[in-house]
Amino acid sequence: MREGESVAAPDGVHIRGTVYDGDGAPVPDALLEFWQVSPRELFARGSCEPGEGDYEIVTLVPGGEQPWIDVSVFARGMLNRVVTRIYFVPDDVPDFVPAERRATLIAHDDGDGYRFDIRLQGPTETVFFDV
Amino acid sequence: MASSYVRDPDSQPPLDHPPYKSTALRHPKEPLVYLPHEVTEVTGPQLIGPAPGELDADLTRQHDGEPIGERITISGRVLDTAGQPVRETLVEIWQANSAGRYLHQRDNWPAPLDPNFSGAGRCLTDSEGRYSFTTVKPGPYPWGNHENAWRPAHVHFSLLGQAFAQRLVTQMYFPGDPLFEFDPIFNSVRDPKARERMIAAFSMDETQPDWSIAYEWDIVLRGPEATPFEESH
Repeated sequence: MREGESVAAPDGVHIRGTVYDGDGAPVPDALLEFWQVSPRELFARGSCEPGEGDYEIVTLVPGGEQPWIDVSVFARGMLNRVVTRIYFVPDDVPDFVPAERRATLIAHDDGDGYRFDIRLQGPTETVFFDV
Repeated sequence: MASSYVRDPDSQPPLDHPPYKSTALRHPKEPLVYLPHEVTEVTGPQLIGPAPGELDADLTRQHDGEPIGERITISGRVLDTAGQPVRETLVEIWQANSAGRYLHQRDNWPAPLDPNFSGAGRCLTDSEGRYSFTTVKPGPYPWGNHENAWRPAHVHFSLLGQAFAQRLVTQMYFPGDPLFEFDPIFNSVRDPKARERMIAAFSMDETQPDWSIAYEWDIVLRGPEATPFEESH
């Protein structure tokens, strides 16, 4: 990952998270891409440091008519990407997302930015989209 | 800007593919939720990093000396499913060296590194959707999936496309490789015709005398869905 790709907007907030597999173990080789169109078109790429499963990007919180960030996740053991979305306001999560799984799409204010974990498989598996 | 892109889930490999062992803990078990395309899916970043220069597409000229191996060109067109060229789009490749060794830390099987090869290339397609790379043919390499497992020689391709929905990461293979029948990743693509399409074609016409062997490989990205108005023609 080239330095700078993880910072979409230097004046933005940090979004951090861990990618977990079906055993609840971190996925140390995950590569994530983030795309949003609000407040303007912004792209960021985050990879997990070797040995950990944590990513971190800096971007602006989206609002307006597209108050979410599209996320692609790539990793070893994934024959295709999976796609999810980060929402910041629970009511913004679309109605077609099953009610009992909506919470997996919401970022949490952790006092120093936001936290958004991704669980590829398991009891609180993140919602992934057919895009 | 298209209003939506075609969907063809069968054209992509399944996320759950037991012969490829690492998929076991990394595939979602819940059904994917259908997402209607909106602005975020029909737009996308057009460039990541600096605009590629000429040397970015020539993996044999990125160091002081030339890498060891068979000099080849890999060229083709990036098209969409409607047959239209995808112009000015970023194509990135990465690959092992001619001995089958990757530069990154996690690969340390006993094959030599090549001080004159780092294995990464970038270019933009031209006004006809055409891309071209010069490189050396990568070697097959062993991996831990099963006993005596070897990946066929392959080049990784990453394409941004014109929209988030078009984004594609895939692998290109070389004709006549004896390892295809043994490779769970190659065989995860269920349609035999789609497997054939992952294999580049040797081109004598593009092969340059005393210089390089040529391979041609077209890449097809998802195209725009026809609107009801167009379908009525």
